[in-house]
Amino acid sequence: MGMTMTQKILAKHAGLDSVRAGQLIQAKLDLVLGNDITTPVAINEFEAAGFDQVFDKSKIALVMDHFAPNKDIKAAAQCKQCRTFARRFDIDHYFDVGEMGIEHALLPEKGLVAPGEAVIGADSHTCTYGALGAFSTGVGSTDMGAAMAAGETWFKVPSAIKVNLTGKLRPFVSGKDVILTLIGMIGVDGARYQSLEFTGPGVAELSIYDRLTISNMAIEAGAKNGIFPVDDSTKAYVEGRVNRPWTAYEADPDAEYERTVDIDLSQVDCTVAYPHLPENAHSAREGKDVQIDQIVIGSCTNGQLPDLEAAAAILKGKHLAKDVRGIVIPATMSVYRECMKRGLTDIFLDAGCIVSTPTCGPCLGGYMGILAAGERCVSTTNRNFVGRMGHVDSEVYLASPAVAAASGVAGHICHPEEV
Amino acid sequence: MNAQGTVHKYGDHVDTDVIIPARYLNSPDPKEYSVHCMEDIDKDFTKKVKEGDIMVAGVNFGCGSSREHAPAAIKACGASCVIAATFARIFYRNAINIGLAILECPAASSGISNGDQVSVDFDTGVITNLTKHETYQAEPFPPFIKDMMEKGGLMASLKAGKAGV
Repeated sequence: MGMTMTQKILAKHAGLDSVRAGQLIQAKLDLVLGNDITTPVAINEFEAAGFDQVFDKSKIALVMDHFAPNKDIKAAAQCKQCRTFARRFDIDHYFDVGEMGIEHALLPEKGLVAPGEAVIGADSHTCTYGALGAFSTGVGSTDMGAAMAAGETWFKVPSAIKVNLTGKLRPFVSGKDVILTLIGMIGVDGARYQSLEFTGPGVAELSIYDRLTISNMAIEAGAKNGIFPVDDSTKAYVEGRVNRPWTAYEADPDAEYERTVDIDLSQVDCTVAYPHLPENAHSAREGKDVQIDQIVIGSCTNGQLPDLEAAAAILKGKHLAKDVRGIVIPATMSVYRECMKRGLTDIFLDAGCIVSTPTCGPCLGGYMGILAAGERCVSTTNRNFVGRMGHVDSEVYLASPAVAAASGVAGHICHPEEV
Repeated sequence: MNAQGTVHKYGDHVDTDVIIPARYLNSPDPKEYSVHCMEDIDKDFTKKVKEGDIMVAGVNFGCGSSREHAPAAIKACGASCVIAATFARIFYRNAINIGLAILECPAASSGISNGDQVSVDFDTGVITNLTKHETYQAEPFPPFIKDMMEKGGLMASLKAGKAGV
């Protein structure tokens, strides 16, 4: 029996010729990631267990992004604890305010993730790097702490769902709409414990940034990872970023899949996930009655330069509707700088938006952009759970940057064609 | 290994944001943040829950964020066990790593009501509903996980040099 792409990467990292779904393996890791919320717990576990060295100081990445720039004294203490740990062990990839970005945008940008690598991160959206053909998955802090010491971890080899992509995206439709459509089809636990393996001629029609968005939200279908084949777009992206040898893996022709889901990209329309689950997918054309109070454009899901360009294309020469607040957050410092250079920042400011330095802040209701009872936000983030962005009686509607921008101008959910 | 207590029952897709909202994640100390456990969907949970009580829920319990603070908060509140029809994978892994007992059992999830008295035998996977006089069979932990839990979790196993499979 052949192996899926994920299974091949896991087999290689476990030093085995082959693995099968359900098998428990011990795999070596190419990178271990943590942020300012999960790393302190990992450090406490690491130290309580009495470890006094890390497995490889060049294979640990610590990114201060969730509550940084520090939102309060306690958050400052957490970042300080991470910084002290990073200095103690001379961690190469420690990113603090000024050079940090939102972790899952930053690591690919810095070339810290390459095709064929195995990565764990104490953050559920670590699955983002599947876009580059890597195996990556989210874990908890204890797993992270143990992996910082051992450089390896245990996995149950996942079975897989094949997502067969055909066709080409229509104008205004993006990777965000594809993943919200898929989650709407299979549900928030539709891929629980499984890999989502994207394949088919439609893959070539998706930019690497569309793929990053799609892989990022694989977890919202319960998946362990969401992975794309390595093609010319992948190679063009990693060239000049990754300075070490890497391997492109391909699924065997006889690989076993639990099922196949077909998506014709030309049939995908701008999609909005209504509260309070990412599976509540609706067409953006249905949203005229949903008045909104805020838009957020950014996050690990949609804070890359093409995301901000898509939003700016809608907002150029327009202004947010009365009483709508707009928060734009470039995901990394280089995206932030490019926004200024290319005039996007001016477009956002002219439209009445604020432009923040990178942070996860509003996405998880941490700080900046918190909603009051009864308020609604169209957000390019990844979760719309109860209380996710503030009060338990507030509402988050998940959408693409183009839909969020259009909705901000209209004052209600709307399709970009309508503004 | 056994548990017995009063059941606190919840529905499907209980996510880690409602188990412990992110606004309280500015502390890594379970004693500090666990006073807010479940408050967004059950504001009196921390007042009601007693040492040894059992949480029962539907499908996909613990979906969402990877925050280990979620199982840690439940454990710090005194709950002895979570029984659900299914668990999200990161939560499942985290619960095992920190030593919060969890069992997947769709029959128990649908059969047990809020307030029932329930006992659990972790060695056999048998769940007994003392209120309704019913039993349900859950899958016991696979040997690798049972071994890890008996050693005191992932870190203790790693220190013993036996966390590998």
